Amino acid sequence: MTDALFLALSTLAIWSGWRVFRVDSMVRASFQLMVSFIAVGLIAVLLAAPYIGIATIFMMAVEMMVMALFMVMFMMNPAGLNPMVMVHQHRFSIAAGVVAFSGLSAAVLLSDLPVQRVPEGADVVRDLGHELLGPSMLIFETAGVTLLATMIGAVVLSAHSGRYGASDAGSLPPGLTPGGEPAGRKPDESAGHHHHHGGH
Amino acid sequence: MTLVTVLIVAAALIGIGLYGALSQQSFVMLMMGLELMLNGAILAVIGFWSFSLGGAPEGQLLAIIVMAVMAVEMAVGFALVVAVYRKRQADMTESLTSMRH
Repeated sequence: MTDALFLALSTLAIWSGWRVFRVDSMVRASFQLMVSFIAVGLIAVLLAAPYIGIATIFMMAVEMMVMALFMVMFMMNPAGLNPMVMVHQHRFSIAAGVVAFSGLSAAVLLSDLPVQRVPEGADVVRDLGHELLGPSMLIFETAGVTLLATMIGAVVLSAHSGRYGASDAGSLPPGLTPGGEPAGRKPDESAGHHHHHGGH
Repeated sequence: MTLVTVLIVAAALIGIGLYGALSQQSFVMLMMGLELMLNGAILAVIGFWSFSLGGAPEGQLLAIIVMAVMAVEMAVGFALVVAVYRKRQADMTESLTSMRH
Protein backbone atom coordinates (compact mmCIF):
# COMPACT_ATOMS: atom_id res chain seq x y z
CA MET A 1 0.00 0.00 0.00
CA THR A 2 2.76 2.41 0.99
CA ASP A 3 4.78 1.34 -2.03
CA ALA A 4 1.90 1.94 -4.43
CA LEU A 5 1.24 5.33 -2.85
CA PHE A 6 4.91 6.23 -3.07
CA LEU A 7 5.05 5.19 -6.71
CA ALA A 8 1.98 7.28 -7.57
CA LEU A 9 3.17 10.34 -5.63
CA SER A 10 6.72 10.24 -6.99
CA THR A 11 5.44 9.84 -10.53
CA LEU A 12 3.16 12.82 -9.94
CA ALA A 13 6.00 14.88 -8.46
CA ILE A 14 8.35 14.22 -11.38
CA TRP A 15 5.71 14.51 -14.08
CA SER A 16 4.31 17.81 -12.81
CA GLY A 17 7.86 19.06 -12.26
CA TRP A 18 8.54 18.34 -15.90
CA ARG A 19 5.28 19.97 -17.01
CA VAL A 20 6.37 23.22 -15.31
CA PHE A 21 8.68 23.87 -18.25
CA ARG A 22 6.34 22.49 -20.89
CA VAL A 23 3.02 24.26 -20.40
CA ASP A 24 2.19 27.37 -22.39
CA SER A 25 0.94 29.47 -19.52
CA MET A 26 3.12 30.66 -16.67
CA VAL A 27 0.21 30.55 -14.24
CA ARG A 28 -0.32 26.92 -15.15
CA ALA A 29 3.40 26.38 -14.68
CA SER A 30 3.23 27.70 -11.13
CA PHE A 31 0.27 25.43 -10.37
CA GLN A 32 2.19 22.46 -11.77
CA LEU A 33 5.06 23.35 -9.45
CA MET A 34 2.59 23.47 -6.57
CA VAL A 35 1.35 19.97 -7.47
CA SER A 36 4.94 18.76 -7.46
CA PHE A 37 5.55 20.27 -4.03
CA ILE A 38 2.34 18.81 -2.62
CA ALA A 39 3.32 15.36 -3.88
CA VAL A 40 6.74 15.70 -2.21
CA GLY A 41 5.04 16.85 1.00
CA LEU A 42 2.82 13.77 0.96
CA ILE A 43 5.87 11.57 0.36
CA ALA A 44 7.41 13.19 3.45
CA VAL A 45 4.28 12.22 5.39
CA LEU A 46 4.73 8.64 4.11
CA LEU A 47 8.35 8.83 5.28
CA ALA A 48 7.20 9.41 8.88
CA ALA A 49 7.83 13.17 8.83
CA PRO A 50 4.28 14.53 9.10
CA TYR A 51 5.27 17.96 10.38
CA ILE A 52 7.70 18.69 7.55
CA GLY A 53 5.30 17.28 4.96
CA ILE A 54 2.29 19.29 6.04
CA ALA A 55 4.38 22.43 6.54
CA THR A 56 5.74 22.04 3.00
CA ILE A 57 2.24 21.72 1.60
CA PHE A 58 0.94 24.82 3.39
CA MET A 59 4.00 26.91 2.61
CA MET A 60 4.07 25.95 -1.05
CA ALA A 61 0.35 26.46 -1.56
CA VAL A 62 0.74 30.07 -0.39
CA GLU A 63 4.03 30.59 -2.21
CA MET A 64 2.69 29.37 -5.52
CA MET A 65 -0.38 31.59 -5.18
CA VAL A 66 1.98 34.55 -4.80
CA MET A 67 3.95 33.27 -7.76
CA ALA A 68 0.80 32.99 -9.89
CA LEU A 69 -0.04 36.60 -9.00
CA PHE A 70 3.43 37.68 -10.10
CA MET A 71 2.99 35.77 -13.32
CA VAL A 72 -0.17 37.69 -14.08
CA MET A 73 1.48 41.00 -13.15
CA PHE A 74 4.67 40.69 -15.17
CA MET A 75 4.43 38.08 -17.82
CA MET A 76 3.09 38.10 -21.28
CA ASN A 77 0.68 35.38 -22.29
CA PRO A 78 -0.52 34.46 -18.80
CA ALA A 79 -3.56 32.62 -20.08
CA GLY A 80 -1.60 30.32 -22.33
CA LEU A 81 -3.50 31.27 -25.44
CA ASN A 82 -0.38 31.17 -27.59
CA PRO A 83 2.35 28.58 -27.62
CA MET A 84 5.23 29.72 -25.47
CA VAL A 85 8.82 28.67 -25.87
CA MET A 86 11.26 30.96 -24.13
CA VAL A 87 14.47 29.04 -23.79
CA HIS A 88 18.12 29.61 -24.45
CA GLN A 89 21.08 27.21 -24.54
CA HIS A 90 18.54 24.42 -24.78
CA ARG A 91 20.79 21.49 -25.66
CA PHE A 92 23.32 22.42 -23.01
CA SER A 93 20.57 22.64 -20.38
CA ILE A 94 19.14 19.25 -21.33
CA ALA A 95 22.63 17.76 -21.15
CA ALA A 96 23.27 19.39 -17.77
CA GLY A 97 19.97 18.07 -16.38
CA VAL A 98 20.62 14.55 -17.67
CA VAL A 99 24.19 14.59 -16.34
CA ALA A 100 22.98 15.82 -12.93
CA PHE A 101 20.30 13.12 -12.76
CA SER A 102 22.50 10.27 -13.91
CA GLY A 103 25.45 11.38 -11.80
CA LEU A 104 23.36 11.64 -8.64
CA SER A 105 21.62 8.34 -9.40
CA ALA A 106 24.94 6.62 -9.98
CA ALA A 107 26.24 8.01 -6.70
CA VAL A 108 23.13 6.73 -4.93
CA LEU A 109 23.31 3.28 -6.54
CA LEU A 110 27.03 2.81 -6.09
CA SER A 111 27.40 3.97 -2.51
CA ASP A 112 26.81 1.89 0.56
CA LEU A 113 24.02 3.75 2.32
CA PRO A 114 23.58 3.29 6.04
CA VAL A 115 20.31 1.79 7.23
CA GLN A 116 18.81 2.89 10.50
CA ARG A 117 15.11 3.46 10.23
CA VAL A 118 12.98 5.68 12.40
CA PRO A 119 11.91 3.46 15.30
CA GLU A 120 8.31 2.28 15.24
CA GLY A 121 6.06 4.60 17.23
CA ALA A 122 8.71 7.27 17.69
CA ASP A 123 7.29 10.66 18.65
CA VAL A 124 9.02 12.52 15.82
CA VAL A 125 7.10 15.80 15.97
CA ARG A 126 7.63 16.06 19.73
CA ASP A 127 11.34 15.32 19.22
CA LEU A 128 11.54 18.03 16.58
CA GLY A 129 9.91 20.54 18.90
CA HIS A 130 12.32 19.73 21.72
CA GLU A 131 15.24 20.00 19.28
CA LEU A 132 14.05 23.35 17.86
CA LEU A 133 13.57 24.96 21.25
CA GLY A 134 16.43 23.11 22.92
CA PRO A 135 19.90 22.29 21.60
CA SER A 136 19.32 23.78 18.13
CA MET A 137 17.58 26.93 19.24
CA LEU A 138 20.42 29.15 18.01
CA ILE A 139 20.14 27.68 14.48
CA PHE A 140 16.38 28.11 14.52
CA GLU A 141 16.61 31.70 15.73
CA THR A 142 19.29 32.45 13.13
CA ALA A 143 16.87 31.31 10.46
CA GLY A 144 14.32 33.71 11.93
CA VAL A 145 16.72 36.66 11.84
CA THR A 146 17.68 35.72 8.28
CA LEU A 147 14.03 35.89 7.30
CA LEU A 148 13.76 39.33 8.93
CA ALA A 149 16.80 40.51 6.95
CA THR A 150 15.16 39.08 3.83
CA MET A 151 11.98 41.06 4.48
CA ILE A 152 13.96 44.28 4.91
CA GLY A 153 16.02 43.56 1.81
CA ALA A 154 12.94 42.77 -0.27
CA VAL A 155 11.26 46.02 0.80
CA VAL A 156 14.41 48.05 0.07
CA LEU A 157 14.84 46.45 -3.35
CA SER A 158 11.27 46.79 -4.45
CA ALA A 159 10.31 50.10 -2.83
CA HIS A 160 9.28 52.88 -5.18
CA SER A 161 10.63 55.72 -3.11
CA GLY A 162 13.45 56.09 -0.66
CA ARG A 163 13.55 58.43 2.31
CA TYR A 164 14.33 61.52 0.20
CA GLY A 165 12.64 60.94 -3.13
CA ALA A 166 12.77 58.22 -5.74
CA SER A 167 14.71 55.20 -4.60
CA ASP A 168 16.93 55.08 -7.68
CA ALA A 169 17.85 58.77 -7.61
CA GLY A 170 20.15 58.63 -4.63
CA SER A 171 19.27 59.71 -1.14
CA LEU A 172 20.39 63.31 -0.69
CA PRO A 173 18.38 64.97 2.03
CA PRO A 174 16.65 68.27 1.21
CA GLY A 175 18.35 71.58 2.03
CA LEU A 176 18.01 73.17 5.43
CA THR A 177 16.85 76.40 3.79
CA PRO A 178 14.74 76.49 0.62
CA GLY A 179 17.08 75.86 -2.31
CA GLY A 180 20.07 75.54 0.00
CA GLU A 181 22.80 72.94 0.26
CA PRO A 182 21.70 69.44 1.16
CA ALA A 183 21.97 68.74 4.83
CA GLY A 184 24.33 66.11 6.11
CA ARG A 185 27.55 64.70 4.76
CA LYS A 186 28.01 64.85 1.00
CA PRO A 187 29.14 61.78 -0.94
CA ASP A 188 32.79 61.84 -2.03
CA GLU A 189 32.82 63.68 -5.38
CA SER A 190 35.80 61.91 -7.00
CA ALA A 191 34.50 58.47 -6.20
CA GLY A 192 30.90 59.54 -6.63
CA HIS A 193 30.94 59.92 -10.39
CA HIS A 194 31.39 56.27 -11.11
CA HIS A 195 28.42 55.33 -9.00
CA HIS A 196 26.36 58.21 -10.27
CA HIS A 197 22.73 57.47 -9.59
CA GLY A 198 21.23 59.83 -12.13
CA GLY A 199 17.75 58.80 -13.22
CA HIS A 200 17.17 57.75 -16.81
CA MET B 1 9.85 2.51 -0.93
CA THR B 2 13.52 2.33 -0.08
CA LEU B 3 16.17 4.97 0.48
CA VAL B 4 17.50 4.34 -3.02
CA THR B 5 14.16 4.96 -4.75
CA VAL B 6 13.50 8.10 -2.70
CA LEU B 7 16.94 9.48 -3.55
CA ILE B 8 16.50 8.69 -7.24
CA VAL B 9 13.19 10.58 -7.29
CA ALA B 10 15.01 13.47 -5.60
CA ALA B 11 17.75 13.25 -8.23
CA ALA B 12 15.15 13.42 -11.00
CA LEU B 13 13.62 16.55 -9.45
CA ILE B 14 17.06 18.14 -9.13
CA GLY B 15 17.88 17.27 -12.75
CA ILE B 16 14.65 18.77 -14.07
CA GLY B 17 15.17 21.85 -11.90
CA LEU B 18 18.69 22.30 -13.21
CA TYR B 19 17.42 22.04 -16.76
CA GLY B 20 14.79 24.69 -16.06
CA ALA B 21 17.17 27.04 -14.26
CA LEU B 22 19.65 26.90 -17.12
CA SER B 23 17.24 26.97 -20.04
CA GLN B 24 14.50 29.45 -19.14
CA GLN B 25 14.79 33.03 -20.32
CA SER B 26 12.19 34.51 -18.04
CA PHE B 27 13.39 35.35 -14.54
CA VAL B 28 10.37 33.88 -12.84
CA MET B 29 10.58 30.59 -14.73
CA LEU B 30 14.26 30.45 -13.85
CA MET B 31 13.31 30.78 -10.19
CA MET B 32 10.85 27.94 -10.59
CA GLY B 33 13.78 25.78 -11.68
CA LEU B 34 15.65 26.73 -8.52
CA GLU B 35 12.57 25.91 -6.44
CA LEU B 36 12.31 22.51 -8.07
CA MET B 37 15.92 21.77 -7.18
CA LEU B 38 15.25 22.74 -3.56
CA ASN B 39 12.16 20.50 -3.68
CA GLY B 40 14.43 17.59 -4.58
CA ALA B 41 16.83 18.61 -1.80
CA ILE B 42 14.02 18.51 0.79
CA LEU B 43 12.98 15.07 -0.42
CA ALA B 44 16.55 13.78 -0.20
CA VAL B 45 17.00 15.20 3.31
CA ILE B 46 13.76 13.67 4.54
CA GLY B 47 14.62 10.35 2.88
CA PHE B 48 17.99 10.21 4.60
CA TRP B 49 16.45 11.21 7.90
CA SER B 50 13.77 8.56 7.65
CA PHE B 51 15.90 5.65 6.48
CA SER B 52 19.33 6.08 7.96
CA LEU B 53 19.33 8.55 10.82
CA GLY B 54 17.30 6.50 13.27
CA GLY B 55 14.89 9.38 13.94
CA ALA B 56 17.47 11.92 15.12
CA PRO B 57 15.62 15.27 15.11
CA GLU B 58 18.53 17.19 13.53
CA GLY B 59 17.54 15.72 10.16
CA GLN B 60 14.14 17.36 10.34
CA LEU B 61 15.82 20.59 11.43
CA LEU B 62 17.89 20.53 8.25
CA ALA B 63 14.69 20.20 6.20
CA ILE B 64 13.28 23.25 7.99
CA ILE B 65 16.46 25.18 7.14
CA VAL B 66 16.04 24.21 3.48
CA MET B 67 12.50 25.56 3.63
CA ALA B 68 13.80 28.83 5.07
CA VAL B 69 16.32 29.02 2.22
CA MET B 70 13.43 28.53 -0.20
CA ALA B 71 11.49 31.41 1.34
CA VAL B 72 14.54 33.69 1.23
CA GLU B 73 15.18 32.81 -2.40
CA MET B 74 11.59 33.55 -3.38
CA ALA B 75 11.41 36.87 -1.53
CA VAL B 76 14.75 38.28 -2.66
CA GLY B 77 14.26 36.90 -6.16
CA PHE B 78 10.90 38.60 -6.60
CA ALA B 79 12.24 41.83 -5.13
CA LEU B 80 15.06 41.76 -7.68
CA VAL B 81 12.59 41.05 -10.48
CA VAL B 82 10.54 44.07 -9.40
CA ALA B 83 13.62 46.29 -9.16
CA VAL B 84 14.95 45.23 -12.57
CA TYR B 85 11.54 45.54 -14.19
CA ARG B 86 11.06 49.04 -12.84
CA LYS B 87 14.50 50.11 -14.03
CA ARG B 88 14.67 48.44 -17.43
CA GLN B 89 11.19 47.10 -18.25
CA ALA B 90 13.00 43.78 -18.58
CA ASP B 91 11.77 40.35 -17.62
CA MET B 92 14.19 38.25 -19.63
CA THR B 93 17.74 37.33 -18.79
CA GLU B 94 18.99 38.43 -22.21
CA SER B 95 18.01 42.03 -21.64
CA LEU B 96 20.49 42.38 -18.81
CA THR B 97 23.98 42.78 -20.17
CA SER B 98 25.48 44.77 -17.33
CA MET B 99 24.88 45.17 -13.62
CA ARG B 100 25.01 48.99 -13.72
CA HIS B 101 21.95 51.10 -14.17
